[in-house]
Amino acid sequence: MILVELAKLGRRPRSWVSVGLLCGLPALVAIFLAVTNLGPAPGEDPAFLSAVLANGALFPAAALAIVLPIFLPVAVAVVGGDAIAGEASSGMLRYLLLRPVGRTRLLVAKLVSLVAFVLVAVVAVAASSYVVGVALFPSDPTSTTSVSGATLTTTELVLRTGAAVIYVAVSMLGVGAIAVFLSTVTDSSLGATFVALAVLVASQVFVTLDASGAIRPYLPTRYWLAWIDLYREPILWRDIERGLAIQAVYVGVFLAMAWANFATKDIKS
Amino acid sequence: MITTTALTKRYGRITAVNAVDLDVREGDRYGLLGPNGSGKTTLLRLVLGLVYATSGDIELMGHRVPRQLGQVLPHVGAIVEGPSAYGHLSGRANLALLDAAGPLGGPHGGRRTRRSRISAALDRVGLGGIDDRPVKAYSLGMRQRLGLAGALLREPRLLVLDEPTNGLDPQGIREVRDLLHELNAAGTTVFLSSHQLAEVEQLCTRIGIVDRGAMVLQSDLAALWTTTGRVVVITPDVDRAAALLDGQVELRAGDRLVIRHADAATLAAHLVAQDVRVAEIHPERRTLEEVVLALTTSGADRIDRPPP
Repeated sequence: MILVELAKLGRRPRSWVSVGLLCGLPALVAIFLAVTNLGPAPGEDPAFLSAVLANGALFPAAALAIVLPIFLPVAVAVVGGDAIAGEASSGMLRYLLLRPVGRTRLLVAKLVSLVAFVLVAVVAVAASSYVVGVALFPSDPTSTTSVSGATLTTTELVLRTGAAVIYVAVSMLGVGAIAVFLSTVTDSSLGATFVALAVLVASQVFVTLDASGAIRPYLPTRYWLAWIDLYREPILWRDIERGLAIQAVYVGVFLAMAWANFATKDIKS
Repeated sequence: MITTTALTKRYGRITAVNAVDLDVREGDRYGLLGPNGSGKTTLLRLVLGLVYATSGDIELMGHRVPRQLGQVLPHVGAIVEGPSAYGHLSGRANLALLDAAGPLGGPHGGRRTRRSRISAALDRVGLGGIDDRPVKAYSLGMRQRLGLAGALLREPRLLVLDEPTNGLDPQGIREVRDLLHELNAAGTTVFLSSHQLAEVEQLCTRIGIVDRGAMVLQSDLAALWTTTGRVVVITPDVDRAAALLDGQVELRAGDRLVIRHADAATLAAHLVAQDVRVAEIHPERRTLEEVVLALTTSGADRIDRPPP
């Protein structure tokens, strides 16, 4: 069933369109930057963009920072929200269950394909933006400067970018799990996606709000930008660890809820 | 094959299925009849484990539903509430995905035989020459045939079909009926729901009638063909016949008489002996339609204004 799900994801034009869009936005940003040579002031958002003008090899990091806040979570919420609700609204859910595919197995297969989508998307963004960055900007991978000012070797840069890719992918799983849970609640994939995005936007609002300081450490998006610390010298692990822990809690809780709901649900679609 | 005991399903205050004792026997061609919204589809969903019962028991081929569904569903082929498919894929690709999703192995499963099983199933439903068009370009009849092919992929021992001839033209209906006859003769039990009385009359050996969630009649179809003790006569000499049989005529309409009489043959001899020309004469039988209409209320899709 897992292979079937991956095949379905891979044969779906929508999956590739969204990966294409995710890669396209950073590429557009890079073109504008290269043409105008107008970078944001150092320290301003999005992160790394000012450094990219000096060294194109840092562009993957900048690209991740560009797609992370909105673009990537939207794509994840769409795929996650579609997981069960999409099958329900196309009428295929009942035929899959009658085949028979166990309900737990179907849910696991959907999760695996969601994780695969996130990984492919993030790796595609990093890889395509490296090509774009090296092509459009002066680059010297042997002497990249870290956020803290020290110089990073090529191996270090590759390792840290790899770690950043994994961290960003894990950060998306919380949203994905929320979307999958909602997808088992309703038969409308649009509805599931919308509510997941509402949770996400609310979380991002509360993160910036001082008045909501009491709940801030527990918000799913609180530590999303912690992967920037991977480019510091030495690496600041504190926020990264907390970010991973928070995602683990969200994934665990919402998957358990998704399973409990789906396994006992009347399939009326 | 399928046995339910006091099966009940409630959705909130609405009782969709009410204490149903369904009994489908091996080798039956069983037709489930009833008005729209009478609980036919819910009953099918309960039996197939898509919906969980509020109370009561279900036994499917000797296995408890829903607990042992995994063991029994590989031997069941089903269409529930219309066929579905992934619109952007071809019919063959849809069947391949569906087959790959199911359990591997078994006598009628497995990757190696997949291609040939798909071709055989498509041949059976009359889609053998189908090309690589995506399913979204299919007509309703083609989708129905594809759904049936999906149900037949693993040579099931039991076919559960919800309105299987929906969307088919008369030719297609005939083909499906012949196919179901053929499968049944080869040992497949057929359990179908329908509100097409004629279809059930021509196909089924046994019927169950549901109304408002309850089973109001379950019987062999042959047992319903009881005569009514009346004889229908069609004759050009209506007046003479009526005069002759005075007191026995129950109904007169044009050249058609309904006469209270036990035996059509004796009556025919009697009329002919009296020089009454007889165009047609036969004992009156109850039709399935009369049986069903007498037992059921109008469907849940009819909502009358409450009396003032």
